[in-house]
Amino acid sequence: MSKMITRMVAFGLAAAAFSVFAAPASAQATLEAVRKRGKVLCGVSPTAPGFSYADDKGVRQGFDADVCRAVSAAVFGAPDKVDFVPLNTNVRFQGLQSGEVDLLSRQTTHTFSRDTSLGLDFAPVVFYDGQGLMVSTKLGVKSAAELSQSAVCILPGTTTLQNLEDYFKPRNIKYEAVVFENPDEWRNAFFSGRCDVITTDRSDLASVRAIANDPKQYVILPETISKEPLAPVVRQNDSNWRDIVSWTVNALIAAEEYGITKTNIDEQLNSKDPEIQRLLGVNGDLGKMLSLDNKWAYNAIKQLGNYGELFERHLGEKTPLGLTRGPNQLWNKGGLIYSPPFR
Amino acid sequence: MTDTVQLNALASIPDERPVRPARSWFALLKPYIGSPFNAVVTFACLWLIYRLVTGAWGWLVTRAIVEGGPQTCKAAAGAGACWPFLAAKLRFMIFGFYPYDEHWRPALAVLLFLGAMIYSMIPRFWSSRLLWLWLAVVVACGVLMYGGLFGLTVVNTTSWGGLPLSFMLSSVGLAFGFVLGVLLALARSSKLPAIQVIAVVFIEMVRGVPLVSILFMASVMLPLFMPDGVTIDKLLRAQVAIIIFAGAYIAETVRGGLQAVPKGQHEAAASLGLGYWLSMRKIVLPQALKIVIPPLVNIFIGFFQDTTLVTIIGLLDFLDTVRSAMRDPVWQGIAVLEGYVFAALVYAVFSYGMGSYSRFIERRLKTDHSHGRH
Repeated sequence: MSKMITRMVAFGLAAAAFSVFAAPASAQATLEAVRKRGKVLCGVSPTAPGFSYADDKGVRQGFDADVCRAVSAAVFGAPDKVDFVPLNTNVRFQGLQSGEVDLLSRQTTHTFSRDTSLGLDFAPVVFYDGQGLMVSTKLGVKSAAELSQSAVCILPGTTTLQNLEDYFKPRNIKYEAVVFENPDEWRNAFFSGRCDVITTDRSDLASVRAIANDPKQYVILPETISKEPLAPVVRQNDSNWRDIVSWTVNALIAAEEYGITKTNIDEQLNSKDPEIQRLLGVNGDLGKMLSLDNKWAYNAIKQLGNYGELFERHLGEKTPLGLTRGPNQLWNKGGLIYSPPFR
Repeated sequence: MTDTVQLNALASIPDERPVRPARSWFALLKPYIGSPFNAVVTFACLWLIYRLVTGAWGWLVTRAIVEGGPQTCKAAAGAGACWPFLAAKLRFMIFGFYPYDEHWRPALAVLLFLGAMIYSMIPRFWSSRLLWLWLAVVVACGVLMYGGLFGLTVVNTTSWGGLPLSFMLSSVGLAFGFVLGVLLALARSSKLPAIQVIAVVFIEMVRGVPLVSILFMASVMLPLFMPDGVTIDKLLRAQVAIIIFAGAYIAETVRGGLQAVPKGQHEAAASLGLGYWLSMRKIVLPQALKIVIPPLVNIFIGFFQDTTLVTIIGLLDFLDTVRSAMRDPVWQGIAVLEGYVFAALVYAVFSYGMGSYSRFIERRLKTDHSHGRH
């Protein structure tokens, strides 16, 4: 095996001789490298409905993709200075560590071990998800506690099975996990009755339900069996870059809170509210403190819209995914989405 | 069929019924419905084929939805194929995330590539000039795809995908893999122990590991060994992995061919005073490669389809873009089979092309040894 690796390295070095491009050299330099390159390299899911997928023209769309665009708008003033690098679940952290991407925006759960042991830092949570269970109404089950001896359809995700085990075992609920590699098969197995229960993150469950011929036939059980706060990730030890990503997310959230939208932002420039003035760069030097233009937040909100607009555009009730805001509502409307103050 | 019947007849007790080369209707059908058992099997098969064909025809054509959008297809609930899906996603399936307005570039690159391929398939044009042609085509395709020259905007390899990527990974992989494979095969049958051992270790090592793990190492482990700030293009890493893998497999096939060339040929070459490289190039390799055309084509077709494995490292080749298209929330769960049918069709066309060309080449080169040897 080690010979194999040395061989690969040898080949790689030879290859590097004619194809090397500069990546952020080390910590503290991401912004500089991004400016020099003229692009933000953003790691996203190859395909995840609602979060990162291709539209008919092959343009990457989705909630995660727009977070990348917001960072691009904050840094360059234009949302299209992004190169999307599709990364699978199993290579995403290496992609960030090795400098292949500057930023990971791909449905990544913030956990203790990832934060402490991988040399990474997490930006604020952009989406609160959690693993849920869906059953057919025919089963007559109202809560997960009533399940027993059921077959559960799962995808081989990172923690799906683990969460299921953690939840069912202490409660002495017997189940049989049926694993599918392909999401289409997985879904159809549930619809055709091969499994009694289908489980994945609630955001996905909603889209599975939306696909059903008769969505009313299925019910998502009230229990959330795991916490999945999804957040963008950056490399550790680059405070400036981390601040840029974090505060770009916060700016989108604050914009919703203050009622700043894509369309009314230019009127809001005349707002008397000092916090809005600071956020939009009318007053103060918040941008400078991030080593950015003072219009950084203005640009991000103007081009992409506020947090709520992003949500409604890609995940909300008017989209095929049809998600309600739930925990992703603003803190003052009963949700968990909260931005520290801009001052 | 007649042959076996005759052979059996000769081998066993003389048969009462004389075997005539009859051309009547009944004689033609006899093998199929001659006995009750055969008749039952035949009719069962016919019925099955009928059901399959009418079912497929109904789904593909008569019950298919030709116009409309996702809602029309969803309302039909899978009664027939949903072709609007294919129409909406066709360009994405073929070109992936390549910028929409620049699709003419990969299209032109693919046409150039296919044109050069067809041109060099015609025996009349075989000459050393082909090498220059290919050099020009490769450079042209590279410039078209990547840009940066002649006012073309730069399109990073992270946005490459679809059919151009499939063609590139498999053709470059096989071209370089073939050269590597022949060299490895020669090394493995070399008389010098050191060279032989290196070749054996390399081939066995690579063949002993699945392509997926080689791709994985190239994409995950390799960057961690690089000095800080140096990353190698992901596409290039995948391409090198495919070349190495193809090389190891082709080496073993070519070695089979080398072993099939009689020792007398080596000796004859040596007696004419030809050195190692000259005798290999003029005498041994041409014969060896001719013998292994069918297994080589087998490898080629296999690799054309294996490129799909690059999805494991986040590159989207043709089959992966087809799959991606189905994940658009607007279409998700509505059109599932249609994309696969399209992909199957494209793969079948190219694989059939390769297969029939290999049969043509075999006939032309008369691989059959009965002509050349006594």
